[in-house]
Amino acid sequence: MQDEPNIVVIKDNNALVIHSLDDAASRLGLHIGQPLANARAMCPDLKVFDADVVADAKTLSDIADWCDRFTPLVALDPPHGLFLDITGCAHLFGGEAALLQTLVRALARQGFAVSAAIAGTSVCARTLTRQASGTIVADGGEAEAINRLPVSALGAGEAITTGLRRAGLKTIGDVASRAPHEITARFGARFSTLLAHALGQGDAPISPRKPLPDYIVEKRFPEPISTDIMIAMTLSRLADTLIAAMEKQGKGARRLEAAFFRTDGVVRAIMVETGRPVTRSAVIDRLFRERLDALADPLDPGFGFDMVRLSASRTEIVVQEQRDLDAHVHDNDELAALIDRIAARIGGKRVVVHLPQDTHMPEHAVLAVSAQHHLAVATHATWPARMESEPPLRPLRLFEKPEPIKVPFATVPDGPPHQFTWRRALHAVVRVEGPERIAMEWWRQDDRQLTRDYFRIEDAEGLRFWIFRDGLYEGEVFDGDGKPASPGWYVHGLFA
Amino acid sequence: MSGARGSALAILRGQIERIEAAEVVHQRDRVALGHSEVDCALKGGLARAAIHEVFCEGRQGAAATGFVTGLAGRVTTRKPLLWVRQDFSDIETGALSMSGLAELGLDPRRVVMVRAADVESALRASADALACDALGAVVLELWGETRQFDLVASRKLTLAAQSSGVTGLLLRMAAQPLPSTAETRWMLRAAHSPPGAMWSAWGAPRFDAELLRNRHGPCGRWIMEWKCDECQFSESPAYPQPVAAAPARRSDPAIFPGAQRRAG
Repeated sequence: MQDEPNIVVIKDNNALVIHSLDDAASRLGLHIGQPLANARAMCPDLKVFDADVVADAKTLSDIADWCDRFTPLVALDPPHGLFLDITGCAHLFGGEAALLQTLVRALARQGFAVSAAIAGTSVCARTLTRQASGTIVADGGEAEAINRLPVSALGAGEAITTGLRRAGLKTIGDVASRAPHEITARFGARFSTLLAHALGQGDAPISPRKPLPDYIVEKRFPEPISTDIMIAMTLSRLADTLIAAMEKQGKGARRLEAAFFRTDGVVRAIMVETGRPVTRSAVIDRLFRERLDALADPLDPGFGFDMVRLSASRTEIVVQEQRDLDAHVHDNDELAALIDRIAARIGGKRVVVHLPQDTHMPEHAVLAVSAQHHLAVATHATWPARMESEPPLRPLRLFEKPEPIKVPFATVPDGPPHQFTWRRALHAVVRVEGPERIAMEWWRQDDRQLTRDYFRIEDAEGLRFWIFRDGLYEGEVFDGDGKPASPGWYVHGLFA
Repeated sequence: MSGARGSALAILRGQIERIEAAEVVHQRDRVALGHSEVDCALKGGLARAAIHEVFCEGRQGAAATGFVTGLAGRVTTRKPLLWVRQDFSDIETGALSMSGLAELGLDPRRVVMVRAADVESALRASADALACDALGAVVLELWGETRQFDLVASRKLTLAAQSSGVTGLLLRMAAQPLPSTAETRWMLRAAHSPPGAMWSAWGAPRFDAELLRNRHGPCGRWIMEWKCDECQFSESPAYPQPVAAAPARRSDPAIFPGAQRRAG
């Protein structure tokens, strides 16, 4: 099995070509980009697999998640590369060599073939991984380290690599010995920049996948932990440390992320958001407990977690309030804490407050917004005053989507119905008030909206409805031949 | 033996007394609803720091919502109101509209809405909320019969309400009353508007409220009207109220002196 050549093929220009291959296939002289038919001719007992680009990207992103344990600055270099900015991190792992070894061994244990290198610039490190895996280049030694490598290691693309070879420039050292303006004139400015970066002259910045959190605390375990109690204890200890760090700078956390690193490389991140900056570790503790309790797919420790990290990705300066003198402030704090707790469990979008909107359209008159973020705005919003000594003009319950009703006939085209069928029940109209005409807003780019005539209706049972006719009679609604058709009727809400 | 039993009995009696005393303490805090007969039956008004259940048939959902809104409006005038509902009830009876709430005289700024996906999370959120004394009232709106809301759950809510002083209002639409620890239990129906011409505008919301259970007083059935301006209930005007369904009258619909409003 070991020596049987395996290749992965992908469709390129209507032909299957080799996307990637293993060592055995490579030894047989196959190469990436070769058509499958040629490869089969050379080696009939090939094992062929279809490429799955999406799954590859997912795997790369998972590996990047795992690499978060070494540094928060991890960038993707598709299709199968990762950049880790380990500036200031190496000493935590016993130096650069130890870090490299740990990383390569751990990934190899997970079944990946890894080539890794450390260098002063990301381009130089990437060049080294292609030909000289395991190299660690000291600052300033870049040019020397890559001089002897073939030009293909630069990864500049097929056309440029072939061009360089034809020009007799076989190694990177050969190319570097030429004057930069010659290279630029022949191969373009982009290539000469790449070359300069590879030689350690300047560097292209990497773009980390995640923004750097404001505060990070983490705990590593020589012996993986897996019980809920241990996880909870770890989180609360981390919360203490995090709060202590933030307190020194007068900060409170608005968004917290707990990342659980499993021994087999799976990383699970859980996020909690709060409406107000959190300054007490007990609150963090409780929010995470709620969140973990309510997870649809519970935290699976597998063989255990060997690292837990707690980071505050959004923080705010906390204004110290004197609480005891103003009971109202205190009340609001408690309400905000309750909202945070419920939101942690069922999701921030499910706890809402309401803001009035300046529109006559009933379905848009009120906007529901997240209570965590808009509690203060909503408590100070100005609602239109109700008309004194008038009965309610708007229904207490409003259907998100008006429900069609069957109206058998209307004696007066513009008038309200005598009876209607809603949800298979017949309602006889006893009282009517209306119409209240609401014209749709033409400046909204919605699909065609018709003028609505709303009626407030009471039926024989005393139930009160808010119904409307969608469209003016003989004005807006036409059938296929352009003749006036009878407009549709809808129930939009129910009055108390 | 008998001495041990005697002392055990004494301890139990003491415990019961303490429990009852604790209840009595809470019973003092009552808020008058405004309807004199109802207030009389309730011994002064609706008890705060307790659970009250409002049941209704499925199609009477809006009326029951109006009644619960009224109770909430009476119970708390300044403190926030947490309204917990499950997704399904929005589909069945429509979402609680803040414009409609404002029309009933309540302040939408005080309302925080929890949109729970299912009964479990709704129950949990309301139990949490009832323990938070920053709130004035918690409304838990459930649709249909639910297995999850049993005596244990009900007891949990009652205890939370008693310890925090928050009033819990349960709106049970399309559900049959079952034993629970609620202080009062109501069955709600919409009541007719006072007799009048077909085209006369109907007035304030009117409820046909039946008090099915009252832990500390008699039950009864009344027509209650909600006064939006005063934000309280009142007696319906003195005229015979048809309780049975009145036949639909067919007057000429062409004449309608009802004010024609135009907006948009």
